[in-house]
Amino acid sequence: MVSVATMRMSEQTAADTQVQPDAAAGAARSLNSPETTARIGSGVPVKASVENFSFYYGDFKALKSISMPVHEKRVTALIGPSGCGKSTLLRTFNRMHDLYPGNRYEGTIRLHPDNTNLLDPAVDPIEVRMRIGMVFQKPNPFPKSIYENVAYGLRIRGERNRSAIDDQVREALRGAALWSEVEHRLHDPATALSGGQQQRLCIARCLATQPEVLLFDEPTSALDPIATASIEELIHELRDKVTILIVTHNMQQAARVSDYTAYMYLGELMEFGETNQIFVNPTRKETEDYITGRFG
Amino acid sequence: MQETNSGGAAALVPHGPLSVSDRLAKKALRHFKERLIELLLLGAAFVSVLTTVGIIWVLVSESVNFFGTVSIWSFLTDTMWTPLFAEPRYGILPLLAGTLTTSAVALIVAIPLGTTIAIYLSEFARPTVRELVKPFLELLGGIPTIVYGYFALMVVIPMLQLLMPELSGFNMLGAGIVMGIAIIPYVSSLAEDAMRAVPMSMREGSYAMGATRLQTAFRVVFPAALSGILSAYILGISRAVGETMIVAVAAGMQPNFTVNPLEPAQTISAYIVQVALGDLPHGSIGYQSIFAAGLSLMLMTLALNLVGHVVRRRYREAY
Ligand SMILES: Nc1ncnc2c1ncn2[C@@H]1O[C@H](COP(=O)(O)OP(=O)(O)OP(=O)(O)O)[C@@H](O)[C@H]1O
Ligand SMILES: [Mg+2]
Repeated sequence: MVSVATMRMSEQTAADTQVQPDAAAGAARSLNSPETTARIGSGVPVKASVENFSFYYGDFKALKSISMPVHEKRVTALIGPSGCGKSTLLRTFNRMHDLYPGNRYEGTIRLHPDNTNLLDPAVDPIEVRMRIGMVFQKPNPFPKSIYENVAYGLRIRGERNRSAIDDQVREALRGAALWSEVEHRLHDPATALSGGQQQRLCIARCLATQPEVLLFDEPTSALDPIATASIEELIHELRDKVTILIVTHNMQQAARVSDYTAYMYLGELMEFGETNQIFVNPTRKETEDYITGRFG
Repeated sequence: MQETNSGGAAALVPHGPLSVSDRLAKKALRHFKERLIELLLLGAAFVSVLTTVGIIWVLVSESVNFFGTVSIWSFLTDTMWTPLFAEPRYGILPLLAGTLTTSAVALIVAIPLGTTIAIYLSEFARPTVRELVKPFLELLGGIPTIVYGYFALMVVIPMLQLLMPELSGFNMLGAGIVMGIAIIPYVSSLAEDAMRAVPMSMREGSYAMGATRLQTAFRVVFPAALSGILSAYILGISRAVGETMIVAVAAGMQPNFTVNPLEPAQTISAYIVQVALGDLPHGSIGYQSIFAAGLSLMLMTLALNLVGHVVRRRYREAY
């Protein structure tokens, strides 16, 4: 494991400094110069841009100088072997790491159109979280009724108008394809729902506050195939309304739901591109090995 | 070693088949050892059951003698408790009123303070602060209640008298307040445990919605830990109802049918202490009255335990 790591890193350094035909192309992608962004983006506006972002858990450097765009109203998948830093990167977008001591960000993540640097210490993490919602690996509904779960975000934002809350709860549950199933038991405890329903409830909870970006961390890994299919379908529908970043271990899922894919390995971004290109014609051999299941 | 033993062990196991293979015999030996340990553990558990049964037996049999003389009806409805009078009367209501009033005062102190401390320690305090505060709380819980009793008598009641000059030197308010302070550690540590048991993923879900720490603590963690917090309260109530020394020292020793905390009164437990200290001759009806009083106290605690059980089931959160 360690030897593989050192090998990969030395190879990466070599790729950056020497001219090695195909590795250099990959490095260019992973560094993501403005031209590359433009080429990949092909006219799709960028919602957020990660620039030279590194992350430390104490002394451990979990992410190494990541640069990549997140395209607006598109689905971007983060893939890579376990422990490569996908969750770490995802949780940076809503400053989840601020909750624990000893974590440190380096570099910037700009949120467009206002160009706010999400990582700026002067930026209140609560402001960031108000704009960027997150759905976790394990459904985590609050110990409240279905209705109150969805209303939570509105209530903490100070909304008091009952009928406004009613409307938005209904809209959010519709948006999360859950309305018809819970319409008649809105005041039952959320924990009475099935796992898949709970996960859709968590999505509804986010949708109610109309976030600009939605983060999904392996949202279907705790669900059965049918519930997984319904969440995937939902992500597909949401794509028109909101920018989505999704971490997944399931290659088919990445291929099915995403427009762009980032392949990460040992804290580095190895390759970023349109999902079609990454899956059909990856630039780097490592990406291909991972996608085809020969590694990881 | 095991080979030679195995036959005997197999013979000792009652349900074992008569002819066992070597492998099964080893299993049987292990089975036998496990049975033995199980029996020892059962015995240990039985000691507590036996003690409880013994206590109940003593309480009930002595109470039966008592109720042979005093009717249950007058015991439950008479508003006078005067065992030392020439014409003694045994109505539990004054003692019950004293118990409930001091407990209520104690809980008005202990529940809000204990809950606040628990929320602070579990959700807000940095680890260093928590490590500093917890030993103090444990210390508070370790002080003998007789010390608390004199603290009530010498410090708290004189301070209350500064505010209310006509307050008597013994009263339920002072005793109740100090009893509340004594109960805080029990409430806070159980409530804190309950809140810390709420998984981090639940808090993360709240923070991810843009909630502040305060909102997360009160709207998500507290309700999620509600069953444990209510258990903490019920333990606190049980403690208050059974608490003896503080009220015996500071609340006064007169059975007084009142719920006014400014007045002195006697609680059930304080009465038992008084009789046990020897004011009434052994075997007399007055002496037997402590068993009836003790039985009432035990039934109250039992009822509280049952309520606690129901509450835990009702509000249990499946995380
Ligand atoms: N709280 C933490 N403290 C220290 N190191 C951590 C912490 N969380 C994660 N790490 C380390 O950071 C690296 C990246 O972890 P991360 O959880 O982002 O991986 P991941 O790609 O999401 O993996 P998985 O697919 O298993 O979820 C790993 O080496 C992990 O051990
Ligand atoms: Mg992860």
